[in-house]
Amino acid sequence: MKQRTSNKLFQSELVKEALKDSFTKLNPAKMFRNPVMFTVWIGTLVMIGVCIWIAAGEQSQGNLTYNIIVTAVLFVTLLFANFAEAIAEARGKAQANSLRKTREETPAKLLQQVGEVFMNEIKIIPSSYLKKGDVFICEAGDIIPSDGEIIEGLATIDESAITGESAPVIREAGGDKSSVTGGTKVLSDKIKVKVTTEQGESFLDKMIALVEGASRQKTPNEIALTILLAGFTLVFIIVTVTLKPFGDYAQTPITIAAFISLFVCLIPTTIGGLLSAIGIAGMDRALRANVITKSGKAVETAGDIDVLLLDKTGTITIGNRKATNFYPAHGVNEAHFIKSVVLSSLADETPEGKSIIELAAIDINNFKLNRPKFIKFTAETRSSGIDVDNTRIRKGAADAIRQLCEKNGNAFPDETGKIVKGISSNGGTPLVVSENEKVIGVIELQDIIKPGIQERFQRLRKMGIKTVMVTGDNPLTAKYIAEKAGVDDFIAEAKPEDKMNYIRKEQKEGRLVAMMGDGTNDAPALAQADVGVAMNSGTQAAKEAGNMVDLDNDPTKLIEVVEIGKQLLMTRGTLTTFSIANDVAKYFAIVPALFITSIPALQALNIMKLHSPQSAILSAVIFNAIIIPLLIPLALKGVAYKPIGASALLRRNLFIYGVGGVIVPFIGIKLIDVLVALFI
Amino acid sequence: MNTEIAGIFIMFILVMAFAIPLGKYIGKVYSNEKTWADGLFNPIDKIFYKLGGVNPLKEMNWKQHLLALLTMNLVWFLFSMFVLMNMSWLPLNPDNNPSMSADLAFNTTISFISNTNLQHYSGETAMSYFGQLTVMLFQFISAGCGMAMAAFVFFAMKEKTTDKLGNYYFFFIRSCTRILLPLALIAAILFAFNGVPMTFKGKDTITSLQGDTVQVSRGPVAGFVAIKQLGTNGGGFFGPNSAHPLENPSYFTNIIQTIYILLIPVALIFTMGYILKRRKLAWVIFGVMLTGFLLLLIPTIINEMNGNMAITKMGITQPMGSMEGKEVRFGSGASAYWVVNTTCTSNGSVNAMHDSLTPLSGMFAMLGMMVNSLFGGVGVGFLNFYIFIILAVFISGLMVGRTPEFLGKKIEAREMKIAMIIALLHPLLILTGTAISSYLYAHNPTAYASWLSNPGYHGFSEMLYEYTSSSANNGSGFGGLGNNVPFWNISCGIVMLLARYLPIIGPVAIAGILANKKYIPESAGTLKTDTGTFGLMVFAVIVIVAALSFFPALALGPIAEHFSIH
Repeated sequence: MKQRTSNKLFQSELVKEALKDSFTKLNPAKMFRNPVMFTVWIGTLVMIGVCIWIAAGEQSQGNLTYNIIVTAVLFVTLLFANFAEAIAEARGKAQANSLRKTREETPAKLLQQVGEVFMNEIKIIPSSYLKKGDVFICEAGDIIPSDGEIIEGLATIDESAITGESAPVIREAGGDKSSVTGGTKVLSDKIKVKVTTEQGESFLDKMIALVEGASRQKTPNEIALTILLAGFTLVFIIVTVTLKPFGDYAQTPITIAAFISLFVCLIPTTIGGLLSAIGIAGMDRALRANVITKSGKAVETAGDIDVLLLDKTGTITIGNRKATNFYPAHGVNEAHFIKSVVLSSLADETPEGKSIIELAAIDINNFKLNRPKFIKFTAETRSSGIDVDNTRIRKGAADAIRQLCEKNGNAFPDETGKIVKGISSNGGTPLVVSENEKVIGVIELQDIIKPGIQERFQRLRKMGIKTVMVTGDNPLTAKYIAEKAGVDDFIAEAKPEDKMNYIRKEQKEGRLVAMMGDGTNDAPALAQADVGVAMNSGTQAAKEAGNMVDLDNDPTKLIEVVEIGKQLLMTRGTLTTFSIANDVAKYFAIVPALFITSIPALQALNIMKLHSPQSAILSAVIFNAIIIPLLIPLALKGVAYKPIGASALLRRNLFIYGVGGVIVPFIGIKLIDVLVALFI
Repeated sequence: MNTEIAGIFIMFILVMAFAIPLGKYIGKVYSNEKTWADGLFNPIDKIFYKLGGVNPLKEMNWKQHLLALLTMNLVWFLFSMFVLMNMSWLPLNPDNNPSMSADLAFNTTISFISNTNLQHYSGETAMSYFGQLTVMLFQFISAGCGMAMAAFVFFAMKEKTTDKLGNYYFFFIRSCTRILLPLALIAAILFAFNGVPMTFKGKDTITSLQGDTVQVSRGPVAGFVAIKQLGTNGGGFFGPNSAHPLENPSYFTNIIQTIYILLIPVALIFTMGYILKRRKLAWVIFGVMLTGFLLLLIPTIINEMNGNMAITKMGITQPMGSMEGKEVRFGSGASAYWVVNTTCTSNGSVNAMHDSLTPLSGMFAMLGMMVNSLFGGVGVGFLNFYIFIILAVFISGLMVGRTPEFLGKKIEAREMKIAMIIALLHPLLILTGTAISSYLYAHNPTAYASWLSNPGYHGFSEMLYEYTSSSANNGSGFGGLGNNVPFWNISCGIVMLLARYLPIIGPVAIAGILANKKYIPESAGTLKTDTGTFGLMVFAVIVIVAALSFFPALALGPIAEHFSIH
């Protein structure tokens, strides 16, 4: 998807669609959702009435052209605000549609079902006919027709259509990686997949509905901000309405056009017009980061996160541990030790096992083995190894090998104990190797910390977010890696319920917690967390429990999600500040214009030296209108978040959007006035 | 340096010197910590608790606090109406002053219980001493109510998650007995020894140098004046208030009175710092208030000391500054300082006639009341400021990328709704009131001619000032307004009533709701409210919400008047 996404803000087909929508959104039932713009809508209607009134011969309201221009500007203000929302919707929709398109109308090999029993007959149907609970088969080369869960088999799958990642992934029944996404392609093997969602109810469908507005609910913060804006609007209604009797007292007739212009300029139309666009753009940005959000609230909450729970493996360290050192025991020949180690790892398919052979760097093809018997790792013995030529080689956790040796009457050397401790405290994992129940040495496995992860944690700390590493390692190792990577806390030897308990504990203290997970046993914790990001490859249960789904299965995605949330809130805050700060200049444009004929002394307030009362009022409303489309790119892209600490951030934004918000309209209105004056 | 300016400096420095330790003392009083005065006051307080049948240790939630406050105020409202309408036959009426008409009694009662002390009467002729003592009692009570509510908000801000927030009667009684009473006593004694009468005898008769016989009103003035300044009440014993030579005889009494105006409003900021253990926050709030205060004070002093432009144009020099409506014993500087003090703090006592201020000074006086939280009235000034903090926190919280929180509590839709209602109430009352009177006057100038002694811009200012003063619970007036008529008595009464209780209910409700919310510990991402940047944000919110919404009205009144005489 990343490749297909155009980063252009305004693609022409989207603009066309949005323009059309700008008009349909004039429907009062829709306008009513936004109290600020709704008052502009009413103002526009009144002005249309005034124009007709003047056309019918009324003299007191100024000339017709001027009134028509004011009406037109107000109307355009409305269109601009609607356009902002429409273009945000169109972009989100386009994004989601391009994802959806891949899965439309692919043939599905449906397994015929008789009662509760699936027959072995296959019927080819279009994917859109699949229902929840159906089972279909996919073989190498097939496009998976729908989201579902593998119930049988294992396959390599190319998910690049969704994630943009070209390396194929393995999905198999039963585990935590049983989920497949429609639109991805099976590269090898054959799987049986059970459809888990009804058509039109996949996460993607839900997200599209969210973006389209039908099911978009205002988030709590959006509601609170709307109240603030509505409050401001009411204040300015009072200011404008009471001006009528004040004008009467001062024997200054004020035209309806002037009243409505003053009102429309003072109310926070800029943020009012852009508010919903900002919200949609937040979800859209998440989608661009390949995260499907199930509600707008989730994005908002992400900005508030105090604690991040991160799995060590894959997030903090690269995949798996690697062997980094061999320590033969006292009196053991190093070459012999290495050979034994390699022998014990021959059948070890784990990445750790492979890395041992890599480190040993001896040619394993030279080995002639007589009836080798490979011993698999079991939870009971907690060791694995090989029996060959009457030699029993085992490798495993220190205490497992200690038990094994001591049971057979051989002491566990102190020196080995020291090495084991040393490795653990350096963040490594020691594997002790024994030959015929005697210790012959230790292998050191080390975690490789991802490059650049320290800086990311540094950044998070500056945002005020506490990072917690979750790992199955012992506390000593965990502590070492935690320190090295720069996380603030860790949960060692973590069981699924530990995560849950940790989340509860933090939440009880009032913090908001985010986590990422994929397995079924993560589901309760995902549900408990304030922001739970499920990996797309994870189980259905995990995806249902979380409030976001990450299509890339990238554990560091949480960090991006947090930044998107912060950006969303900041964009709202800064544009509100900007919008309200604009009022200063607008007052100075319009108030002198209202009274200048009857109270010439008030000319002194016309500090912008605007050409005439009419040009002043027109310039103010025109500025008020065009600032909306000018700020659409900012609303869509979001204000850049810099983790420089809250106070510094406030200082910066207050300076740019507050002070800027006071100064910009003075310049803007003056420039427009110079242009307008050419025509009046 | 000019002695007038030096006098102003000294007065302000003295305020600070007293207010900081006083703030700490008040904090101890509310926190029930040991103070030097316990031995004296514990038995006194016990009498009140016993009389009232209240248990001062029973913790109340915010609704119970409000209920207690409103019930108490209702009882006093009825009591005061009875006294004021029956003064003629009640005792302590040596000058045989008449009872008040119902509309004037309504206005006066609300005026005093709401800490406004707008006076549509002159004490000399319209009040018996019994009436004076009754309204003097209310000067204590209304101040105590405001302080009790501020104490509630301080504790609500402090607590993590609870709805048990102290006891109303505890805060109220302690405010009266341990703070207001001793301070008032000190001032009253100082006043009495400096020529302010303190007697229950009726009018005195003296013979002037010309041989005329003059009837001089007197009464228990010294005690009255002390609490009038201390509690930001401002209700004068005599009609001309502290411009009257018996109410404020000398520059010395003027110093004490001016200090007393600002004393408790400033001290309460430091009380907050003490109770919350957040001294830096207290200094930030103080800084914001002081900045606004100075922005009004400095141009007012300059304007008044420079004299009246219209007189300058006639070629007359004004070495003493603009002295119209001012007392020679105070001078234009100290009078200008008083103007800003009394309007910023919702005190409303005057030592010069505000009607005669130069137009821009009149505007700054109005702006002080329009903002009404640059120190503000005792207790309530902080409550008003609290609303601005909430609004500023909301906007700036978003600007740092978090949903807004203040002192560890999330600010959500419900609190915003209350905060916005309170924020728009003040413009609503002032502008609507002025709009109605302007409308009536504009459409029938002859019928309402008696209202305005100066038509035109100044007349507009008089009406605007009257409602601003009522809504700010200030009580000072632009003298030119003929306001003892049912229209002004009743409409100002309603405005005072709404503007007193809603702005108490709102912040108390918000603080109570927030106190009961989950506490969120601070992190590096949390917006810090005790920084200069946040102070700047609050200041900007105050300017844009409170000041700018009055810009068109001010343009038609004082601004138009100013430019037309220049």
